[in-house]
Amino acid sequence: MIRTLQDLKEFQERQEERLRQQEATTRAQIFVGMGTCGIAAGAQDVYDAICDELKKRNIEDVVVAQTGCIGFCAQEPLAEVNLPGSQKVLYGHVDPEKAREIVAQHIEGGKAVSQWAVNGGGMLAEELQAEAQIVDYNEVPFFKHQVRIALRNCGVINPESLGEYTVRDGYRSLAKVLTEMTPAEVIEEIKKSGLRGRGGGGFSTGTKWDFAHKQPPGQKYIVCNADEGDPGAFMDRSILEGDPHSVVEGMAIGAYAIGANKGYVYCRAEYPIAVKRLNLAISQAKEQGLLGKNIFGTDFEFDLEVRLGAGAFVCGEETALLASIEGERGEPRLRPPYPAVSGLWGKPTIINNVETFANIAPIINKGSGWFGSIGSDNSKGTKVFALAGEINNIGLAEIPMGTTLREVIYDIGGGVPEGKRFKGAQTGGPSGGCIPAEYLDTPIDYDNLAKLGTIMGSGGLIIMAEDTCMVDLARFFLDFTQEESCGKCPPCRVGTTVMLDMLNRIVEGKGEAGDLEKLEELGKNIKAASLCGLGQTAPNPVLSTMRYFREEYEEHVRDKKCRAGVCTALFQYYIIPEKCKRCGICAKVCPVQCISGDRKTPYVIDQDLCIKCGACMEACPFDSIIKR
Amino acid sequence: MGKCNCKTAREELAEVIEAYRGQESALIEVLHKAQEIMGYLPRDVQEAVAEGLHVPLNKVYGVVSFYHHFTVEPKGKYQIAVCNGTACYVKGAPAVISGLEEELGIKAGETTKDGKFSLAAVRCLGACSLAPVMTINQKAYGLMNAEKAVEIIKQYE
Repeated sequence: MIRTLQDLKEFQERQEERLRQQEATTRAQIFVGMGTCGIAAGAQDVYDAICDELKKRNIEDVVVAQTGCIGFCAQEPLAEVNLPGSQKVLYGHVDPEKAREIVAQHIEGGKAVSQWAVNGGGMLAEELQAEAQIVDYNEVPFFKHQVRIALRNCGVINPESLGEYTVRDGYRSLAKVLTEMTPAEVIEEIKKSGLRGRGGGGFSTGTKWDFAHKQPPGQKYIVCNADEGDPGAFMDRSILEGDPHSVVEGMAIGAYAIGANKGYVYCRAEYPIAVKRLNLAISQAKEQGLLGKNIFGTDFEFDLEVRLGAGAFVCGEETALLASIEGERGEPRLRPPYPAVSGLWGKPTIINNVETFANIAPIINKGSGWFGSIGSDNSKGTKVFALAGEINNIGLAEIPMGTTLREVIYDIGGGVPEGKRFKGAQTGGPSGGCIPAEYLDTPIDYDNLAKLGTIMGSGGLIIMAEDTCMVDLARFFLDFTQEESCGKCPPCRVGTTVMLDMLNRIVEGKGEAGDLEKLEELGKNIKAASLCGLGQTAPNPVLSTMRYFREEYEEHVRDKKCRAGVCTALFQYYIIPEKCKRCGICAKVCPVQCISGDRKTPYVIDQDLCIKCGACMEACPFDSIIKR
Repeated sequence: MGKCNCKTAREELAEVIEAYRGQESALIEVLHKAQEIMGYLPRDVQEAVAEGLHVPLNKVYGVVSFYHHFTVEPKGKYQIAVCNGTACYVKGAPAVISGLEEELGIKAGETTKDGKFSLAAVRCLGACSLAPVMTINQKAYGLMNAEKAVEIIKQYE
């Protein structure tokens, strides 16, 4: 049991000693990234192959362990090989065959397979791969530009080990606040740090805590919003899977600050691994007395429980989330009263996002001054972005606020694949908006994104290339929010349905003059009149794409054309007669036999029969088929 | 809403309900567990939960129908889920879904007549680097297109 700061220090020392021993007595340590994305990419097979190969070769002095997601998803499955005294090697795109080869060459032979290493030749053009030296991780562009605070332990420690968390100064901050600080001092420190909510709203965390702190003593609650519903955002999942104790510690500190003795983590049921590791972390903390009664020998008591969502996007909205914890339909309530005054079962409740909580312990440990020195004027610290869509280095990037979008996309993200042209980036998911190419040099922070008509949101950053249709994308988001509208208030329930109908007509080529003006007006009304954040932001993707890509909307409505070639009703496949070599391959692959021609006459597509599957265009060896 | 005859599952369900007897706020927890045990939530299961937790049946049904995760229809032996999150959408999830719909002769959200496959278009699975992603009974398949997806489900027949 850890009862005092001294106990914690001793516990930490024992863990450090254990790790030192492990390193001294083993030939190598191998860590396999086993987050959801790693496992989906085949990390379990890699893990098994490594163990099996070691056994076959009678190698016993190698430790094989799992770790969380290091964030470089595009390179999954990832395996790190650590030989004492030499540079760590991070292998990307490992499969069982490569894994066996790595054991043979690197573990047994002592020589890294540089061309598969992310911090070696693996990221270079093929002809340069073999020559490349193994470098420090921080030399790899993907990691070089990042500052990892919330993700500090992800992919570094074994997420299922409390010991390894304490080696990284885990629970030191909790000990410090309980034994050296008053709740008011904790709140002051968080306020001074300038930390703002990482779930989307961007409200000052310290100020929010202060509201609940100032409520009369009595039952209060602290809740972690882990209902990460924004499609394309996965940083919260990664933190819960890779460093669950950081959330537990952050919540305990928050609970002490506001005077709560009970907390809930509301997590998506779609994240089974996150739920499992979080529950494990909670039981480990309880076992060591870091949760429960008399924590660190003080009067402070805190208990934590995980509650599962059941697949409702609206439950990411704080009042709907509270209703769901209470076992009700997840319908939002009118604010005020805010949850800080009247939340769970009518008691003062603070709700913060996973990433916000993950930032708390480092702020206490290193001080608000340190945190405040990172970031831009009104947005302090870092933000984790989930890079996805048309970008080379899909993954999690934690960057100081104020970094430009260009740095994120090109320096960290490695640019748009296949030489396609960057068209726009969607931030904030279905509640956010897009940023077109001309604003690539805008420093990313809360205020600048708001000026561009979008939001920081939870940090989803979907990159779109020239072949993404912005009208269709807006329709996709609205289809999402319309379906996820809980139905409680008519502006959202009826309004999003009408907007979606109009967009569906437009992408089907049935748009009429005046549609765009109606869409705009309706969007503004839905924003003004809806009850909760879902409805108030639902029109954003439409309004924002209309603001920057109005021409494309007009082409859809007026010319019945989709320049990106996405809206199937608005383009045709066409064989350019002059370029057609009359080979007949297109006619062979056409599933509906609508292409005719022969050795003498160029082939022609019968547009009435064509189902626009695109098989002919893909098959044509001479690029003679185009969309128009 | 049909009836389920599996006896041991019934007993398991009764145990879960007993553990939460009278705890109204545990409704969603209990429904999660009930669905895990029974596979779906037919009317008689909802009635048992309502009775055990002391909540009106209409509230139980209200909650079941509100959340996407809960289902009142039995699912196929193999549950295919195609992620339709933004990254997957941008990278071609709609084509994967329509390819599977054509192959199986059902629409997303339906189950084949032989009870073998059910197909769903689901919310972001958070594996965006593998977009488009498909899962079959939790096993993930990444970087899908329509042909690959059809090939994969053939292995399950």
